[in-house]
Amino acid sequence: MKNNSNLSALLKGILLENPVFVLVLGTCPTLATTTSIIGAFSMGIAAMVVLICSNAVISALRKVIPDTVRIPCYIVIISGFVTIVKLFIQAYLPSIFSHLGVYLDLITVNCIILGRAEMFAGKNSVGRSVLDGIGMGIGFTLALLSISLIREVIGAGTFAGMAIPFIIDHRIEFFIKPPGGLLVYGIMIAVVTKITNGRAPFKKEFTCEGCPSAGVCHTCKKVLKEEN
Amino acid sequence: MESFKTLIVILMSSVLVNNYVLNRFLGICPFLGVSKKLNQAVGMGISVIFVMLLATTVTWPIQYYVLDTNDLGYMQNILFILIIAALVQFVEIALKKFIPALHKSLGVYLPLITTNCAVLGVTINNINDKYSFLESMISSLGAGLGFLLAMVLFSGLRSKIEESEIPPSFRGLPVTLIAASFVSLAFFGFAGIVENLIGG
Repeated sequence: MKNNSNLSALLKGILLENPVFVLVLGTCPTLATTTSIIGAFSMGIAAMVVLICSNAVISALRKVIPDTVRIPCYIVIISGFVTIVKLFIQAYLPSIFSHLGVYLDLITVNCIILGRAEMFAGKNSVGRSVLDGIGMGIGFTLALLSISLIREVIGAGTFAGMAIPFIIDHRIEFFIKPPGGLLVYGIMIAVVTKITNGRAPFKKEFTCEGCPSAGVCHTCKKVLKEEN
Repeated sequence: MESFKTLIVILMSSVLVNNYVLNRFLGICPFLGVSKKLNQAVGMGISVIFVMLLATTVTWPIQYYVLDTNDLGYMQNILFILIIAALVQFVEIALKKFIPALHKSLGVYLPLITTNCAVLGVTINNINDKYSFLESMISSLGAGLGFLLAMVLFSGLRSKIEESEIPPSFRGLPVTLIAASFVSLAFFGFAGIVENLIGG
């Protein structure tokens, strides 16, 4: 039973609670870095490393951090790991560093990481939080890869930088431009809705009501109160 | 005169061509989340302009006079996000105390801005693009105005979507994203407008 729940902590991130398609977190990097498969993959891995480390540390410190200042504490921990990952990539993988640019810094404010800290790591043991981080990270990376596969193949006619014969002569550049990203993302979410057939806890509407951070953010609470 | 032209080019390109929301995908969360009603969209937009300007006023001198002179460039990320979080909190308290009316209309959006990647993005971009202080302020103003423009246009579009028949799997977020794609496509038409108008 215990093993089972650990396994589900790992697996739920991949489809049923996929951070990109179901929880709709981290839309900014999802749209910005999916113009190429390599960019999407490196973004996914970078975010996953930060997510696992920050989940572990936050979960370990969950009894020490006072409840009222927990969000600033989480942000400091997260941005510390982002800086480590950023310096590492800058030193060893300079081409990826220049490709990701400012979006690497923006992992700090990626709602997946803060969202998981608040929703999971702040309430669960270190082991389970790490598993959750791995699962969510894999789910995030897979989602980015699937979007970037469509965008790069149709939009640039290449696969991870290698030209695909025929398609490269008939590429539709719309797909690697920003509007194409929004379009592909919208259609992918609709497809995932269809596949999971309502089993996943989908949000009716993307407003504060549906926002996973609604519990954290007192703006959302106020907005919701006003609307009711 | 030349520098004035540069400022105009920076402003125009950050409002229209490199729109932070539609072209760089920064601040997509509030863009999708708070654009349902026009008055909320305007409130959020104005708060973002305000916080962006304030954040740039503080982060630019800190980068050049504190971090660079002491060789602490790697602290940029941690420091900027802390500054933004503290500023937002401070502004909220100050507004509540001194201008309650303004706090009532803008206050609810302020805490949400802390995790708005557009604010951190604009401050870091200003440093990366090596803008002078004045250029940074103009670029932040442009980014904020662009955000407001996109929010207002999009909230109009969303009220139309509410009234239409949509296939079940597309209801909610998917159709919103596709609509955002069309707004973004419309903004795409601005590419090159700055060069052609001003010849910069």
